Amino acid sequence: MKWIHEEGPLGDVVLSSRIRLARNLADSPFPSNMNDSIADAVVQRVRASILGDSSPVKDDYQFLAMKDFSPRDRQVMVEKHLASPDLMEHAERAALLVDKSEQISIMINEEDHIRLQCICPGYQLDEAWRSLDNIDDIIEAQLPYSYDENLGYLTCCPTNIGTGMRASIMMHLPGLVITGNMNSIIQAISKIGLTVRGLYGEGSEALGNIYQISNQVTLGISEEDIIINLKAIAQQIIEKERMARKALIENGGIKFEDNVWRALGVLTHAQIIDIREFMTLISQVRVGVDMGIIKGVSRKKLTEIMILGQPAHLSKYYQEELASASKDLDIIRAKMVREKLII
Amino acid sequence: MLCQECQKRPATVHMTKIVNDKKTEMYLCEECAEKMNDFHWFSPFSINDLFNSLMDTGKATVPIDRKLNIRCNSCGMDYSQFKETGRLGCPMCYKTFNNELMPIIRRIQKGTQHIGKIPKRAGSQFRVYKEIENLKAQLKKAVEREAFEEAAQIRDRIRELEKQQKQEK
Repeated sequence: MKWIHEEGPLGDVVLSSRIRLARNLADSPFPSNMNDSIADAVVQRVRASILGDSSPVKDDYQFLAMKDFSPRDRQVMVEKHLASPDLMEHAERAALLVDKSEQISIMINEEDHIRLQCICPGYQLDEAWRSLDNIDDIIEAQLPYSYDENLGYLTCCPTNIGTGMRASIMMHLPGLVITGNMNSIIQAISKIGLTVRGLYGEGSEALGNIYQISNQVTLGISEEDIIINLKAIAQQIIEKERMARKALIENGGIKFEDNVWRALGVLTHAQIIDIREFMTLISQVRVGVDMGIIKGVSRKKLTEIMILGQPAHLSKYYQEELASASKDLDIIRAKMVREKLII
Repeated sequence: MLCQECQKRPATVHMTKIVNDKKTEMYLCEECAEKMNDFHWFSPFSINDLFNSLMDTGKATVPIDRKLNIRCNSCGMDYSQFKETGRLGCPMCYKTFNNELMPIIRRIQKGTQHIGKIPKRAGSQFRVYKEIENLKAQLKKAVEREAFEEAAQIRDRIRELEKQQKQEK
């Protein structure tokens, strides 16, 4: 996936930009209220709209039925943000269309019939919107969307009607957390129709100082304005984060550097690391790289390691070692980091 | 994320335990969470709670709940189900429950009028898109066999269509 393997604009603070659109077919009940045969019909129709002969993108997408994957492999998709946890809860009926670059995913029978998602590396909300707008048109040319001239695109939950759009920016904010500013920022943001969540969405904790900021309101505001508002706030946060980091270096001096190097030391030598410590250490090393203290390791590499260190990724890619040597994920995680993080 | 206890099933429950001001947090699957009944529960604020609290402040709650539980003709869902889950049954539910939903929508959204993208059902745009794709293929062939005059004509046609495409957007 591009957001993991490539660094985007403003990569010192922004990991990725994501847009998702919720769409439903006018002639079918919502996924939570339909039987298996309707569910299957929805999957086949959406599939045909993208992979059918008349589709201009038929060669660019791959179709994946979620029931063909093990729970672990589904979780891998969630960990790399290719699909949502909600899609996996309905794995028996759900499917996914993914484009070659793994930037665009079309989730079928999630909470809504169709959830289109585009993730770009770094600060690229406009680019993400442009790509999605296009694929949305392609699907709509084939399928009747449920749309109301007053309420816009109709969705299963009234929190998504109107544009059906959720735009979010994933940021690494250690400076604001360490200087104790994060809570007041979260409070301020929630007052202006935006919301803050952790790395893995709703209800998840901000492990490793990673936060996702996204719009809450979807009706009565245009797609462009949602993006403009979010960007305006994101820019302020980016600026404040950079100021906080500068202040930390100026005031902390050698102590700040010591912390960064210690984090690297632990990561490259520890034998057991649990997820929480792992995320914290990766965050500290990342700041060290951002501030030019640690050289010879890229941010891209750190993002790759961060995702590979998630539970389902570890159990998929280190399957044999988990089975033979020891069954402890924390030991395998430490081993993975020692192998990958070479400076 | 996998359950911290069994490391097998995906974690769906976030548990917070506070003992003597010491906070412990855990991510568990439902099965393991149930086993740990010595934990204090702080269930996360869910969308259902949100709807319930929004609806309970409204005047409409009591009559809907007790007297006229409206049912959607299209999908058979009734309003009490929406109250429980915060999810509607089908697009028609928005019409059926319009009177009940509008006050909620007004509270959670910015107004009640959509001002964003309008879908163009099977619009001309798609046909134009396809035609451009076709012409591009023809152009390539024309260039390959060095029919430059023909190529120039095709190129002009593509430009025309692209202009049209932009205007429609």
